[in-house]
Amino acid sequence: MRATKAEEFSPVGAERQTLESVVVRFAGDSGDGVQLTGSQFTQATALAGNDLATFPDFPAEIRAPIGTTYGVSAFQINFGARKIMTAGDQPDVLVALNPAALKVNLGDLKQGGVVIIDSGTVTDRNLRKAGFEANPLEDGTLDDYIVFPVDVSKMTLEAVKHTGLSQKDALRCKNLWTLGLVYWLYDRDRSPTVDWLQAKFVKRPEIAEANIAALNAGHIYAEAAELPSGLGGYTVEAAEIAPGLYRTVTGAEALAWGLAAGTQLADLKMVFASYPITPASNLLHVLANMKHFDIMTFQAEDEIAAVCAAIGASYAGSIGVTSSSGPGVALKGEAIGLAISTELPLVIVNSQRAGPSTGMPTKTEQSDLYQSVFGRNADSPLAVIAARAPADAFECGIEAIRLATKYMTPVIVLTDGYIANAAEPWCIPDMDDYEPFPVSFHQETEGFQPFQRVPETGARVWAVPGTPGLEHRIGGIEKDYNSGHISYDPANHETMTQTRAAKILGIANDVPEQTVDQGEAGGKIAVVGWGSTYGPISRAVNNLRQDGVDVSHVHLRYIWPLPRNLGELLGGFDKVIVPEMNSGQLVTVLRSEYLIPAQGLNKVTGQPFKIAEIMTAIHEQNEA
Amino acid sequence: MNAPTAVEKLKPKDFATDQEVRWCPGCGDYAILKGVQKTLADLGSRPENTVFVSGIGCSSRFPYYMATYGFHTIHGRAPAVATGVKLANPELDVWIVTGDGDGLSIGGNHLLHVLRRNVDVQVLLFNNEIYGLTKGQYSPTSRIGTRSPSTPRGSVDLPLSPSVFALGAGATFVARSVDTQQKHMPGVLQAAHGHKGASFVELFQNCIVYNDAVFDYFTDRSVVADQQIEVIHGEPLIYGKDRDKGLRLAAGGLGLEAVTLGEDGVTEADLMVHDEGNRTLATLLAEMQAPEMPVAMGVLYRTGKDSYEQSVVAQMAEAKAASTKPDLNALLRSGSTWTV
Repeated sequence: MRATKAEEFSPVGAERQTLESVVVRFAGDSGDGVQLTGSQFTQATALAGNDLATFPDFPAEIRAPIGTTYGVSAFQINFGARKIMTAGDQPDVLVALNPAALKVNLGDLKQGGVVIIDSGTVTDRNLRKAGFEANPLEDGTLDDYIVFPVDVSKMTLEAVKHTGLSQKDALRCKNLWTLGLVYWLYDRDRSPTVDWLQAKFVKRPEIAEANIAALNAGHIYAEAAELPSGLGGYTVEAAEIAPGLYRTVTGAEALAWGLAAGTQLADLKMVFASYPITPASNLLHVLANMKHFDIMTFQAEDEIAAVCAAIGASYAGSIGVTSSSGPGVALKGEAIGLAISTELPLVIVNSQRAGPSTGMPTKTEQSDLYQSVFGRNADSPLAVIAARAPADAFECGIEAIRLATKYMTPVIVLTDGYIANAAEPWCIPDMDDYEPFPVSFHQETEGFQPFQRVPETGARVWAVPGTPGLEHRIGGIEKDYNSGHISYDPANHETMTQTRAAKILGIANDVPEQTVDQGEAGGKIAVVGWGSTYGPISRAVNNLRQDGVDVSHVHLRYIWPLPRNLGELLGGFDKVIVPEMNSGQLVTVLRSEYLIPAQGLNKVTGQPFKIAEIMTAIHEQNEA
Repeated sequence: MNAPTAVEKLKPKDFATDQEVRWCPGCGDYAILKGVQKTLADLGSRPENTVFVSGIGCSSRFPYYMATYGFHTIHGRAPAVATGVKLANPELDVWIVTGDGDGLSIGGNHLLHVLRRNVDVQVLLFNNEIYGLTKGQYSPTSRIGTRSPSTPRGSVDLPLSPSVFALGAGATFVARSVDTQQKHMPGVLQAAHGHKGASFVELFQNCIVYNDAVFDYFTDRSVVADQQIEVIHGEPLIYGKDRDKGLRLAAGGLGLEAVTLGEDGVTEADLMVHDEGNRTLATLLAEMQAPEMPVAMGVLYRTGKDSYEQSVVAQMAEAKAASTKPDLNALLRSGSTWTV
């Protein structure tokens, strides 16, 4: 059973049923390694040439009491031979590693779907902890599903016995045993996982060996076992994907790399100052490992210190970047105003989460649009852009740095917990294809004043400490338009307020016109989205267009300023529907900016939209 | 002014801007401004490499009057902004100007962390035991019973000692001086500047409008000699008009006591010798209050440790040395990839 060479694992294909796409959800206790199982399955699936989208859904508790429903962690993947836009509305297959995972996830499973459950965990005690009054394997609860109970715990212990691991350590290989089983079902290649385990546990080869043994045992078991009727081996053909070199990427990775890329294109150094907060911390973790790219990371004492250090760094000639989630961005508000007033470049990443207050830190929402566009004291305009998917975060990172440095302004990048943690295949770009936008610091001493502006952009010149002859003082107090000195002059304040606003609105002339993602540039219905609703809107519109519905999809990257042609574009539709994971924020902005009767489609459950929900809403509008 | 070509030593007035100074007539801040300008001139500082960062409050107007780089930030946050400045450019000479409200009330957290991290900056905390700019409310250093618009019957909460706070925060340099003691202050400021790491200087500063004469009992010319002690490393702790008073370890306890030389057989050999490297002694000195004990001035504590940004830069250099030329294309293509 032990093997070390990749070739020995080439999948066997025997009378497999071909599927166009499948949604699998792995669920178990937060200590069961569900996220790891999911990411390995993702990797294997990407390598098999399928398109895919994932949705990791984990509890806020690091280690909730074992076996409880609030300790359940899940990972959903939708993969197929066609373009995959979302992680899938309903799982076809639920892999439940304990009764609590079954309890929490069964309601989402498709009617007639498959339940694979570790029967070794179905004990009276675990059933009670999960809130089952009777054994669901026996009381008819699962009658409408195809059920495959397997004593994963026992099989795993047997498979790794020869390694001499303790029972506790041996049971930690359960997830790999399960992964082996699911690999067989979908004809996935085990060798990348074997390689990964060997690399990860290079210093503890006995652990690597046990995990590999469990993986193989699960695979062999599936191959030999009598599967319940309706469950078998499947083939999912490779999808038609544009040629190129691919990898999987999470939003946190893509954004970190995009910010690094933007910093290089600007020919600057980055100081990334942040305070840990869910779900934003991964960005700090990724960048902390990029010191050799001249990226300095600073874990500040609090959110305010983080943004202030970023501002200090920008003042001194680096690009200051800070990152948080909504509650942290609220704390940064006053300092963001300072950067607006002193006209310093700054990038603020907001990985949005459900709120208000602490809300649901690990659950996704896009309810910080108001906060981003309007959420500061006084007239304090800045630029706001939003990533629509993990890979798109790369482009947003670059664009944020370009705008911040060119317009000497804070730029907020909106992402969310879903984008930050979800993974998708990414056609890796070539950095040589990007036009550099090098920053030049002001040097001319003649006639210098700190708020003199570049005529084309209205941006203040960037004069950094250390430059002889340009010594100057700036601060949050209003300054004279002509001299930059402190000024309380009423007319001057109005001039400065208008100047700051005009500078930001002028960005609309420097970004692409809004395009239509799918459909015509006018017609019956426009579905306007922003952020991570991209996937479900895109699939919903695609499905309906195939049914002949006159509907188009418009997806915004630029939230503020809005694209210069957006009003005209939306004016060409009879109806505008705006799906958002909030109570209606973009829709209010569109209504107020363009005086159009845009209608909201709102969801605030902490879960992404389902395709069906958006399709239903479009249908209703189409019939109305 | 600020001619980049000249390397001749600048005079104190070369560090003054053309801006009208807006402190109240008679404010202690004028004297401190003068002291700082003299110090920079004495040090041969270059204006282009010097940055003053402040928060909000009367003291925080300071940068506008210095012909260097200056950043007047937001209330309490100057230490955090200054940390960012030092991370971006460790070569800059950064001074933080703050007050007892800005630094110890709204900004207490940042002051704590800039000190414990040992960022190489000078922190000048103007302590006037009152809020000036918001018109006279009591501050975290006001004594119990301070009557103010917000405490008409007198404040009831215990005050904080800035220097004891700094020592508790792990500051590697803690010193004190007084606004009016122009002979003493530049020496303390020079020592602060010479220290690598965070240097904390508490400056007793008189607010002539809202808290006038609050420090007179130890700063008035007539009592300075008997109510203050200037501590000097390696020298016995002696003070008094006639240099006949001193401090010794209290018998049987962990404390200092004031004694008179020649009385009860006390000789100079009985007195404590100041040791800047002894944090316990520094804390005892910082806690002394007049009139029972003299108020300690000078460098109370100084110890050498790596500065924060020095360590950060060293880690960056290490990471760069350990890897090949940073190549984003290579990074994006690292890990598992596949070709379609």
